[in-house]
Amino acid sequence: MSATFLGMPGDFPTNAARAVKDSQLRYNLRKATHTIRGKRAAVVDELPDWHELRAAGKAVKDETLRHLDRYLLQLEEAVTAAGGHVHWARDAAEANRIVADLVKATGETEVVKVKSMATQEIGLNEALAAEGITAYETDLAELIVQLGDDFPSHILVPAIHRNRAEIREIFLDKMGDAPPGLTDEPAALAEAARLHLRERFLRSKVAVSGANFMIAETGTLVVLESEGNGRMCLTLPETLISVVGIEKLLPTWRDLEVFLQLLPRSSTGERMNPYTSTWTGSAEGQDFHLVLLDNGRTDVLADEVGRQALRCIRCSACLNVCPVYERTGGHAYGSVYPGPIGAILTPQLRGMSSELDASLPYASSLCGACYEVCPVAIDIPEVLVDLRAKAPHGAAERAGMRVAGWILNDQARLARAQHAAIRLRRLVPKRLPGPLSAWTDTRDLPEIPDESFRDWWEREG
Amino acid sequence: MRVALFITCVNDTLFPGTGKAVVSLLRRLGCDVDFPAAQTCCGQMHVNTGYRDEGVRLARHFTEVFAGYDAVVAPSGSCAAMVREQYPKLVRPGSRGATAIAEVAPRVHELSEFLVDVLKVEDVGAYFPHRVTYHPTCHSLRGLHLGDRPTRLLQQVRGLELVPLPGAQECCGFGGTFAVKNPAVSAAMGADKARNVLDTGAEVLCAADNSCLMHIGGTLSRQQTGIRVMHLAEILAATDGGTRS
Repeated sequence: MSATFLGMPGDFPTNAARAVKDSQLRYNLRKATHTIRGKRAAVVDELPDWHELRAAGKAVKDETLRHLDRYLLQLEEAVTAAGGHVHWARDAAEANRIVADLVKATGETEVVKVKSMATQEIGLNEALAAEGITAYETDLAELIVQLGDDFPSHILVPAIHRNRAEIREIFLDKMGDAPPGLTDEPAALAEAARLHLRERFLRSKVAVSGANFMIAETGTLVVLESEGNGRMCLTLPETLISVVGIEKLLPTWRDLEVFLQLLPRSSTGERMNPYTSTWTGSAEGQDFHLVLLDNGRTDVLADEVGRQALRCIRCSACLNVCPVYERTGGHAYGSVYPGPIGAILTPQLRGMSSELDASLPYASSLCGACYEVCPVAIDIPEVLVDLRAKAPHGAAERAGMRVAGWILNDQARLARAQHAAIRLRRLVPKRLPGPLSAWTDTRDLPEIPDESFRDWWEREG
Repeated sequence: MRVALFITCVNDTLFPGTGKAVVSLLRRLGCDVDFPAAQTCCGQMHVNTGYRDEGVRLARHFTEVFAGYDAVVAPSGSCAAMVREQYPKLVRPGSRGATAIAEVAPRVHELSEFLVDVLKVEDVGAYFPHRVTYHPTCHSLRGLHLGDRPTRLLQQVRGLELVPLPGAQECCGFGGTFAVKNPAVSAAMGADKARNVLDTGAEVLCAADNSCLMHIGGTLSRQQTGIRVMHLAEILAATDGGTRS
């Protein structure tokens, strides 16, 4: 993954410490995540076969990943046969160059975009800007983020960290054609964005999209969205360029049935998705290009435990139930993939050489709520623990954990340590020094008892 | 029934009262209890912090100490979940370690599971005339799937008024070393949990894990709320003769 996205510098704990102090952010996040959480739970509970659907989703994805090479070639063949052009991109730089060259070949300097995680991952907008091409986001929340010169904070609801008063300010400030007297009523804000975008849709000759799914047997791409803006992007322009991660594949058209049930219920808490668009090759004379993006995915695929992260269908159910995400928002994760899935996907795609990426596997209390709601049963806690074993550890921590392991590995040593603690308990200060001060800053320490259980047992048991 | 106690290193060192309560409760219910003295720690802290090798050594020690017992009872949902859910993932399938774990792990029970599923009792003859709220800790809830076993036991305690905890299923923010590695988020989660506990008007917060109680209790104590935290075993061991633990 390219290092273009830098929501915040530093590491997760530092970013998070700043975020939890922002009361407006905390309020916005809590309200939004709890609302979506409740809606999701209600529509999932309606389905008597949810567990079977979840197992089916997992099985289809696993089968696809197991034979990814074969299905990708099948997809390429089908897309080409339907008049589309397939490009392979090893990394972000390659993908960005392919897209920029394709846009330049049309002679255009503006493109409209359907919300796409893959293009954010590779920093496409910035790369296009460097080539003199302006990319306009058309998803309402993406538009808010783009106008606000901000970063997305959520996979599905990129502007989750903003309330409507803030959105009104952004529109009045940055959207040239915002109506005077714009109120912060959601309908008024949506109408202002609609008028602003309409002009853009009608003018644009080139569009860039991602895809939620690609179907190997037919070469069909599928986009799910809620506003219809995506459909305008997909159908109106003369050239359509789709940048899609290679893991987004499904073997057959029939497999889509499972995911069209899993995704809307998990993401927006809806029974059915409002706008589902599918296209195969160069439909109705439109010039179509598919850029298949690796950008670290084959490395993830090679990892036995971590590869399950590639099952992810970007529903963001894990973000909406995560107690850590709920209090920090997405920016603290410093990646386009925040929350629990981001904590396992980002360090796998980018590696753990930066301080930020090495801290991400620890951005979880391992409470397991993410695994419980994941529609494709990604065992996120399992992957987090596995990544922690691979993450670099500081020398002091390593030494401390070694000593603790040595003491705990032998009952006599444990008993001696307990006796020492009991003897010295009057000396334990109310505020502990070093990293342990993190505990005593906000919590009282438990009293050290005058006798351990094993001593009591020895005496009385 | 002869039962081996796995008291856990945290309880052994910091919360011996929980261990004593388990002993008195199980003896009252007719169990012959044994505390294998060679036991130390399940290794959860090491594994979950990224020190797998040390964790695996502790796991091996655990399986050796508890091999041969019909039932092992632990007053900790978290440590019981470590043995049952995480141990099998630490070893190569088909290896000798995997066989040893497969022998021991299913016989390890969290206290409320042991009472309800093995001893088949819900009324343990306890008396505790206080207003209590229950926090189902994450590993009890989503690791062991304890469900309503603990609250069914509490509901049978004479004099006890059980009040529901808002947002009960949300993590308290302890998370082992998470509390030290991500202190700001951990404290924020703990503060929200403490506020929910306060909202119930309960005198006592109960849970099946002392580590979570240590975190929430430390927060409640720092805020001088006057709310006590007690392990499930301590409440179930209490009789009208006193808690005697």
